[in-house]
Amino acid sequence: MKTVIINYGAGNIQSIKFALQRLGVEAVLSNNVEEIRNADKVIFPGVGEASSAMKKLRESKLDRVIPTLTQPVLGICLGMQLMCNASEEGNTKGLGIFDTDVVRFSENVKVPQIGWNTIQNLESPLFNDVRENEYMYLVHSYYAEKSSEMIAESEYDIKYASALQKNNFYGVQFHPEKSSKAGSKILENFLKL
Amino acid sequence: MLTKRIIPCLDIKNGRTVKGVNFVNLRDAGDPVELAKIYADEGADELVFLDISATEERRKTLQKLVLDVASQVDIPFTVGGGISAVADVDRLLKAGADKVSINSAAVKRPELINELASKFGNQCIVVAIDAKQIDGEWIVHLVGGKMPTDIKLFDWAKEVEQRGAGEILFTSMDNDGTKDGFANEALAKLSEIVNIPIIASGGAGNMQHFTDTFVAGKADAALAASVFHFKEIGIPELKQNLKENGINVRL
Repeated sequence: MKTVIINYGAGNIQSIKFALQRLGVEAVLSNNVEEIRNADKVIFPGVGEASSAMKKLRESKLDRVIPTLTQPVLGICLGMQLMCNASEEGNTKGLGIFDTDVVRFSENVKVPQIGWNTIQNLESPLFNDVRENEYMYLVHSYYAEKSSEMIAESEYDIKYASALQKNNFYGVQFHPEKSSKAGSKILENFLKL
Repeated sequence: MLTKRIIPCLDIKNGRTVKGVNFVNLRDAGDPVELAKIYADEGADELVFLDISATEERRKTLQKLVLDVASQVDIPFTVGGGISAVADVDRLLKAGADKVSINSAAVKRPELINELASKFGNQCIVVAIDAKQIDGEWIVHLVGGKMPTDIKLFDWAKEVEQRGAGEILFTSMDNDGTKDGFANEALAKLSEIVNIPIIASGGAGNMQHFTDTFVAGKADAALAASVFHFKEIGIPELKQNLKENGINVRL
């Protein structure tokens, strides 16, 4: 099985690579279209600012490739946000895979949200053997609004989608690679899809 | 609901932990990776590595440490100590650090905060502030609290938030090492005037101090070193105690 982590210059991909290594999987970092297309599993990471990350995707033409992938794809954090229709951050048009928008937390709460929050209403094989209200590590200022594609929900100021799924596309707002054993379980579940 | 975080801090010199640690089950008490793994297993929510080495090789040694930690530890960690350039941060984040903490370099050149936040995102930029009271006024200090500046704590906190800090790590030099509790009044004021998370540091001596800093001090996270390293407080017991006191923690 070949797992590719899309390497488009946005964020901390080393940690994802290490987390997969702990599961015995040696992932390949790549921005090569053919290599991504031929992978069995694709991880789409992202940390940082939405519009500049989207710009990098466009420069490498990955913005056109990702939505056409047919194998299981997992967007993490900003990766998930970029898979949505649009983000308020930098007025960014997203890849439009998930039919929801990404907006900023209100000033009622500290922004960014940093730390461990619970995920609930888990509805996906991604969460096999993961308990309701499990803790996940999150760092973000923008969130995906609830939608029919939501497979996990979290609450910070409001209730929002902390995971989404549409067909072969999965997205998680939290960092499974940094969320201890339960996070590792989610990565393992993804690799088994 | 977002939980309050418990953060052990490890002082690092030339790739090794500095302060004596009292873990009987440690094969090598000076190995930061092994200590980090134990803390992660015990339920620490995050870790901070503070590099205090001053050698020529420090960059390389620190980068290797970050790689080792990232490969073996599955909770987030922050690296700080002597970081003054965008290139330093780039290397540390690429090696697998989740956040970096900057202190003196930000005071000397505040634009560094803007540069780092715009390049890497504010979520990974922690600004550490050391302060103590002089004539009733909280004053920012440099060099581990030895050198006073003319900057007031609360002005500086607002400025670092505006410049793009994602989090503030506030150490009260008046409380640090006293084991008499955190500087909760100043912490609560910080939480009122800025809208980014505040990590309380300096003064942890017993479990009640943690409850106090989360309630009275309104802190989002609490950092401590010696009480954890010397096993005066165990993290599982601490979190249980916090839960019993109605504090939302990850258990």
